[in-house]
Amino acid sequence: MKPATFQYVRPESVRECLEYLSMYGDEAKIIAGGQSLIPVMNMRLSTPEYLIDISRLEELNYIRHEGDFLHIGGGTRQIDVETSSLVKTYNPLLRDAIRHIGHSQIRTRGTVGGSISHGDPSAELPLILAALRGEIVVVDEEETANYTADEFYLTTLLTALEPQQMVSEIVLPVLSPQAGYAFIEETRRQGDFALVSVAAVLEIDSQNLITKANVGIGGAHEVPYVAEELEEYLIGKEPTDSTFEKASEEIKDSLEPETDLHGTAEYRMDLAVELTKRALRQAAGNVEGALQ
Amino acid sequence: MENSVEQPQVDANDHKVQSNRVSITLTVNGKVVNKAVEPRMLLSDFLREELDLTGTHLGCEHGVCGACTIIMNNESIRSCLMFAVQADGYDIKTVESLATNEGTLNGLQEAFSTHHALQCGFCTPGFLMTLTDYLDKNPSPTREEVREVISGNLCRCTGYSNIVDAVMDYTKNRSM
Repeated sequence: MKPATFQYVRPESVRECLEYLSMYGDEAKIIAGGQSLIPVMNMRLSTPEYLIDISRLEELNYIRHEGDFLHIGGGTRQIDVETSSLVKTYNPLLRDAIRHIGHSQIRTRGTVGGSISHGDPSAELPLILAALRGEIVVVDEEETANYTADEFYLTTLLTALEPQQMVSEIVLPVLSPQAGYAFIEETRRQGDFALVSVAAVLEIDSQNLITKANVGIGGAHEVPYVAEELEEYLIGKEPTDSTFEKASEEIKDSLEPETDLHGTAEYRMDLAVELTKRALRQAAGNVEGALQ
Repeated sequence: MENSVEQPQVDANDHKVQSNRVSITLTVNGKVVNKAVEPRMLLSDFLREELDLTGTHLGCEHGVCGACTIIMNNESIRSCLMFAVQADGYDIKTVESLATNEGTLNGLQEAFSTHHALQCGFCTPGFLMTLTDYLDKNPSPTREEVREVISGNLCRCTGYSNIVDAVMDYTKNRSM
């Protein structure tokens, strides 16, 4: 037994869970799938006094399509998102991204809310949420609040989540059927943490001009990075290779990758520029009815 | 709360952690077992140390190597990334469930043996359980799909090609 001793509680409702959270504060940790938490507990980097198990709370387990949005409960397992027909229809970018999370044996336990709250800057779900300007629904005993990725992610592994709060849902926009999209991730081995990953969505009008661009980059910044300057650059331009080449250079001024065991900052920057170019090309290539 | 889970001390000032064993009941390889465990006991340790099912191997104990893969509620999971208390009421299958009680190997195990898909054997239980779950749901995969599905299991005797050969042979023979 490697983790330190803790008390285990298994609330039967979100309401009961929030009571525990407000009672125990930062001495408690929520466990859902445990695929990020248990490794850090096994290494004793985290030693909570109380573990609140929400993995059986059905009220957090749902995928709903409402108007222009998909609502996904925080307790929904990654495998259920991966195999959801709603996700396949309304946000296939999310499905493509989620397949890059660890391995299938991880996704059978790992949850959406867990990955969002863990806040790893190389993780896929925070990246998709940031790139698509989705929202994170956070609850405590008193109130419900919606956060953008920008508000939620403060720095590496640090979020705005207070000890008495939990992530109950994420809200993602539905992709337009006319949109082209791409998710590209580079890893040392399949299933490893991303060295760099890029999510891109493009919409192109009948004049062959880009009308909408969403681009996010993971693994190369302290938080999931939204490439706003690149997005602005693309609007009104033709989706050509040279456009994409110039656009990808735009990220160089503000992206701040770090050096670690797996790659230098310089390498990550080069990789981010290259993968951005490829993602834009791929997204443009699968825009419905695009003139190529 | 479920009946079998004890309520913790409600007094938040009481930091002393008493013995807080929790009674759990689960089905392992078709047999119902009931034990009192500390919440911090990993499911993998529970299987090995409480039930003596030492076929489930522990490599990294943080979800990277896949040696501890088991099948829970008909899905493959890492047993080192779950606490035994969390499996209360669930159905678990370990590598011991594959061969008969007399020790006759099942078809997949036979194919591993025939194709030299193991050398030291440390990773084998994880590969077998990953593949057992996958092949239940995808009876005739391509080589590429098999490579993808075993990407979450590490073999350091470099046996991957032979493992893929074993699976392809097994699925081919099974469908004949």
